[in-house]
Amino acid sequence: MVPALAIENLSKTYGNDFQALKGISMRVEQGDFFALLGPNGAGKSTTIGIICSLVDKTGGQVKVHGVDIDTDFPAAKKFLGVVPQEFNFNVFEKTRDILLTQAGYYGIPRGVAEERADHFLKKLGLWEKRDTASRMLSGGMKRRLMIARALIHEPKLLILDEPTAGVDIEMRRSMWEFLQEINAAGTTIILTTHYLEEAEALCRNIAIIDHGQIVENTSMKSLIRRLQKEVFILDCRDDLPEEISVTGFVTHRLDTHTLEIEVEKGQDLNSVFHSLSEQGVCVQSMRNRANRLEEMFVNLVESAKL
Amino acid sequence: MNAREQFIAFMTILRKEVRRYTRIWTQTLLPSAITMSLYFVIFGSLVGSRIGEMGGFTYMQFVVPGLIMMAIVTNSYSNVVSSFFGSKFNNSIEELLVSPTPNYIILWGYIIGGVTRGLAVAVIVTGVALFFTQLSIHSFPVVIGIVTLTSVLFALAGFINAVFANSFDDISIVPTFVLTPLIYLGGVFYSLDLLPEFWRGVSQLNPLVYVVNAFRYGVLGVSDVSIEFAFAMIASFTVVAYLYCMHLLNSGTRLRQ
Repeated sequence: MVPALAIENLSKTYGNDFQALKGISMRVEQGDFFALLGPNGAGKSTTIGIICSLVDKTGGQVKVHGVDIDTDFPAAKKFLGVVPQEFNFNVFEKTRDILLTQAGYYGIPRGVAEERADHFLKKLGLWEKRDTASRMLSGGMKRRLMIARALIHEPKLLILDEPTAGVDIEMRRSMWEFLQEINAAGTTIILTTHYLEEAEALCRNIAIIDHGQIVENTSMKSLIRRLQKEVFILDCRDDLPEEISVTGFVTHRLDTHTLEIEVEKGQDLNSVFHSLSEQGVCVQSMRNRANRLEEMFVNLVESAKL
Repeated sequence: MNAREQFIAFMTILRKEVRRYTRIWTQTLLPSAITMSLYFVIFGSLVGSRIGEMGGFTYMQFVVPGLIMMAIVTNSYSNVVSSFFGSKFNNSIEELLVSPTPNYIILWGYIIGGVTRGLAVAVIVTGVALFFTQLSIHSFPVVIGIVTLTSVLFALAGFINAVFANSFDDISIVPTFVLTPLIYLGGVFYSLDLLPEFWRGVSQLNPLVYVVNAFRYGVLGVSDVSIEFAFAMIASFTVVAYLYCMHLLNSGTRLRQ
């Protein structure tokens, strides 16, 4: 099966001699939910720009579902749906008209376009706003409108550049569910995001790009497995003793009811609970202190600088 | 994209363009009707009645073709320049650029959008003119041919302006400092025969002279220049402008990074 996206030795140097991409290669299989992460200015948006024809590459090869963009870009574009980082629709157009217009650009007959537009408007909670000028929509609605627009021609590969930026938690969760749903239905998804918990929750594979180079390209599971240390927060039922310790673990008493504990790779939590029970501490709940992936991301980017 | 898909894409752009200028008709269709009414009243009725005949016609009859053409030129141009630059400005042009729509369909969509506005205004202005004078058509093929070619040419010119414009100021510079003087000096209000020989020669360099005179020939049957030469000049300008627009789109000038 041909990959949904195959990039070989892709490079881009802008007019001011800034080398945004230094020969990156990566492959996204069909059906994947893929994260493309990197700090600001790393080359994520340039990569997406090249794939969808908004940026001219300097060198290398890009194939979308086996179609080389240099030989038949229009055919490659039919496979692609793009949700950009910035709002890029005509704010004076009505919500439904934006979808119908986009469908028209893909040569979709009006009747089919209307059917699909209505489906996505309902699915993404925009039905009530279908005749509203898009400038009147909230930030979250505008994001959803861009997702609906990207899906109107039923692309096989959907690329989302920070789709949940500025979206409230509840809305973000519902967008996650929607994206998981269309991924399960067969659409390959590439996601760039600054919310690393988002990448961890949604994506199966990941590439980290920094200074125009891929510094990591692996599965999310294998990345997580490489974490050396995790920090857990334990919420306790009663007041903690003034002096508390767990043999073999570093602990910090955060307040009267909260304990922080560092667990190294290879250590197990049973001995922690056993030790705490012996000291009369009853743990009610437990959570990660910070996003584990975020720590690893920082480490990878920092080590790439060295 | 197959031919049917391309036609759908073309009609989508055209529909969007028509929807845009009809939505803001008070800014796009109405001003020409008002401006031309003032021209008809002031130059045609008030001043024109004292001027007498020009080229064998009343002054009102003489200026009407030029004024109609002036409306076609400015509206075809300004529709494309404002619409395409607006799309660049709010980045909605990316909707088109990421789609498989071929560049020539993008260009023709915008151009025919501009042409329809030019023609709509022409019909309005002609309707207004009929309140002031009688009009008969000398040659329908010439009228249709010259109106179509001219509006395509100036829509293409508007497209070039939009591609290079960086701000809204840039899209008003050419109409104000280039187009308007060329129109006024293009023989809308006078016959080139009235000019001294030197200025008559200089006027031959003004493309609007050919546009105005060719249209005047179609309506009144008189022209200061050869009608065949006028058509050849306008057609040549149109072909060159079209090829340049396609070059801009294909190379992604000011559109892709």
